[in-house]
Amino acid sequence: MGAEGQHIQYLISGITLGSIYALIALALVVTFNITGIFNLAIGEFVTIGTLSAVTLRSAGCPDVPAFVLAVLIAGVIAATMERAAIYPARKASILTLIIITIGVAIALRGAALLIWGTHPYPLPPFVDTAPIALWGAVIIPQMLFVLGLAVVAVMLLFAFFDLTYAGKAVRAAMINRNAARLVGINPARLSLLAFVFSGMLAALAGIFIAPITTATYDMGFMLGLKGFVAAILGGVTNVKGAIVGGLLLGIIEAFAIGMLSSGMKDGIAMMVMIIVLLICPTGIMGLRIYNKRTGSWMVWLRQKVGTGSR
Amino acid sequence: MASAKSRYWIALILVVVCVPLFVKSNYVLSILIVIGLYAIIVQGLGLLMGYAGQVSFGQAAFYGLGAYTAAILATKCDWPPVLCVLVAPFLPALVALIIGRPILRLREHYLVLATLGFGILAFAAFNESIALTGGPSGLTGIPYLSIGPLVLDNDRSYYYVVWGVLGLVILAVANLTCSPIGRAFKAIHASEQAAQSAGIDTALLKLQAFVFSAFLAGLAGGLYAFWVTFVGPSPFGFTASIEFVLMAVVGGLGTLWGPVLGSAIIVGLAEFLRWGVPILLPKVGGEFEIVFFGIIFVLIMLLRPQGILAPGRPSGMSGVAVKEEKCSG
Amino acid sequence: MLRVNGLTKQFGGLTALCGVGFVAQPGQILALIGPNGAGKTTVFNLITGVLQADQGEILLANKRIDGLRTFEVAALGISRTFQHLELFTTLSVAENVMVGAWPRNRASFLRCLFRRPGMMKKDQELYNKALGLLAQVGLKGKADWPAKSLTFGQQRLLEIARALAGEPQVLLLDEPAAGLNHAESADLAAFLRSLAERGLTLILVEHDMDTVMGVADQIVVLNFGTVIAGGSPSEVQQDPEVIAAYLGKEDDEVC
Repeated sequence: MGAEGQHIQYLISGITLGSIYALIALALVVTFNITGIFNLAIGEFVTIGTLSAVTLRSAGCPDVPAFVLAVLIAGVIAATMERAAIYPARKASILTLIIITIGVAIALRGAALLIWGTHPYPLPPFVDTAPIALWGAVIIPQMLFVLGLAVVAVMLLFAFFDLTYAGKAVRAAMINRNAARLVGINPARLSLLAFVFSGMLAALAGIFIAPITTATYDMGFMLGLKGFVAAILGGVTNVKGAIVGGLLLGIIEAFAIGMLSSGMKDGIAMMVMIIVLLICPTGIMGLRIYNKRTGSWMVWLRQKVGTGSR
Repeated sequence: MASAKSRYWIALILVVVCVPLFVKSNYVLSILIVIGLYAIIVQGLGLLMGYAGQVSFGQAAFYGLGAYTAAILATKCDWPPVLCVLVAPFLPALVALIIGRPILRLREHYLVLATLGFGILAFAAFNESIALTGGPSGLTGIPYLSIGPLVLDNDRSYYYVVWGVLGLVILAVANLTCSPIGRAFKAIHASEQAAQSAGIDTALLKLQAFVFSAFLAGLAGGLYAFWVTFVGPSPFGFTASIEFVLMAVVGGLGTLWGPVLGSAIIVGLAEFLRWGVPILLPKVGGEFEIVFFGIIFVLIMLLRPQGILAPGRPSGMSGVAVKEEKCSG
Repeated sequence: MLRVNGLTKQFGGLTALCGVGFVAQPGQILALIGPNGAGKTTVFNLITGVLQADQGEILLANKRIDGLRTFEVAALGISRTFQHLELFTTLSVAENVMVGAWPRNRASFLRCLFRRPGMMKKDQELYNKALGLLAQVGLKGKADWPAKSLTFGQQRLLEIARALAGEPQVLLLDEPAAGLNHAESADLAAFLRSLAERGLTLILVEHDMDTVMGVADQIVVLNFGTVIAGGSPSEVQQDPEVIAAYLGKEDDEVC
């Protein structure tokens, strides 16, 4: 593979990984814009969805039903999390809520360890065809599935927001919670929906990437964290930012790993995050809200729907 | 000082001093040392969170920086141990000074993520800088702490060292909170705008709290290095950082004894789970007891988010109650 | 002496202030009046560095202070009170005033950590000074009460006492008479007069016309962010533009 082919290879694996980051970032951004909470447990839903799918398949369930069930399981757990841990604390401070999501993440991680142990579980690729050669690089068919998932998810999301009544209601709530309540939109139900949606999306993302990276009980943590980096990179205030951020992060990571060293794997994402946070925390496509007088960045948090009364 | 308060302090000091006379088990003593070390770290974190209204999910990085600095000075530069312990905290303090201004401009979620990211980066650095830190295998051969002819090579004597330092730290923090600076912090907490209009450089004060918290974490790190005589990266990961925040919150932010109580509870809880859970579920291995840890985290936050020693309803910038310590002038 | 020239401030598409200028002299009370939304508090925010002007300059004793941060402006001797009370509700009455004295009594983090012996004495002196200021506004008896336990009128006075603790040259008062009854307003007016006689420069934002007309040496009238009149109380009262502004005729001055 020539140098150019190598670069194309980096680009391709960057886009693949980036699509996953984008999906997780999407889940985070939608939740954040609706409830004002960063769900730090999002990575664990990746794990739960993926490992559930693995278990269901090895119990004899065919592929597609296994995946659907796994996603539903993740959704149920997300709903439980929201009702049991988030909704009761809806009036609490940001710090309290952050600690709660961390607590849930730890509990879920421990449960995953309990149920599935530490060893990796392989998930076979969705289709069993040979890799494709393109412009001097190699494309594994699974990568196309990942990309396809990302594209379909984004299209469906935009269709939901633009074309359906419910979607418009959600957009309204994302922009101005109180006005939305005045016209009858229920913030508690929205909050529940946001968490369920993000949990299911994260689970789906994990299922699609597992054939490439294998599934372990702790796969979710780093993926979740990188999803955060992607969301911040793109700007948490809008959905397009999540996608741009995810793809960009994936590409940066792929090139860094390829051209520098693979030990940088996780460090690169952290460095990107710190650089973005120090220079421009609102991200590439976020709203610019830097208050020069006080020298502080305002988190665009005040207008959030919250889960009820915030 | 009012005599009631002095009596209270003397009683506490007596209790702390007498414990090793009654406790013979090295296991318990080492737990107490760990609680003491963490209490030092959490005192700083508690000041940062309760008074300066910030948060840091990266204190373990400063803990590690202190430990590694002390270890490197002792093993590679052959400095006397006491000097290493005294000098080590200045490196994390310096790092905090450098990153403090830009990082403290962030709010809420962003601050959480930035400090978390910093902690993760530091941990990665500990693991990767093999020449300096020995990488995952760490640095060995650290000598024992010795003061003159006295060599502190057992848990009993080290208990006194750690709790002695903790006592000094608590004294310093008590001084601070009942001083004009403490008043300034409470003012910032009540109304940052009015505090600035009164001439208080709020950004500087927050930075000073941040640097101080890093200094204390580094101090604990240095003490840790000479206790275990070995420094590896594993105690300095993000899990530790998260636990420190939990200790601060559980004990009660803005209280003097909250950090000690919080550390005792969390460390005690971890030990209890490590002992108890295998009895309940004997077949499972690994560190799954963290499931219970996580559930307990959530329950505490739902039921009493202000912590144990802080009063009433949560309030203030971080939304967690700051118990306004009564200062008797 | 505080001079403001050509002050302009825009928020997005909205022009809050356009070309505002005035001079406040020591020993005099300047009142800034105008209908709601005219930009009066914005002027204060610009002077104290809470906001930065898009154009224009602010000079204290002929030195430019626009661009300085809020605490730096305070250190130069400009204190303010707030339209919506910003007391340190968790502190006592005396402690509020003691914090106000910060510009002249800066404390050091390290020194406080070690509690140097001189510190306690200094704090006691600060407390006594605070008592003195509180006596001037009639709150000395409540010195050790929690600040939030005072009545609204008393809290307003406390804010003024706190602002005075820094020994300012210029005092900005944002609606100090709001919520006060007739007798309290009269007392306040007398107190402000006495402050001016001590040589302070006072700038007042106020809606209560009785107080304003009685106490001000000079009045500046703002409407939609521009100065529409300025001068002595009697001059301003007879100005037709001022009358029009208060009676609600639309002014479409655009900047």
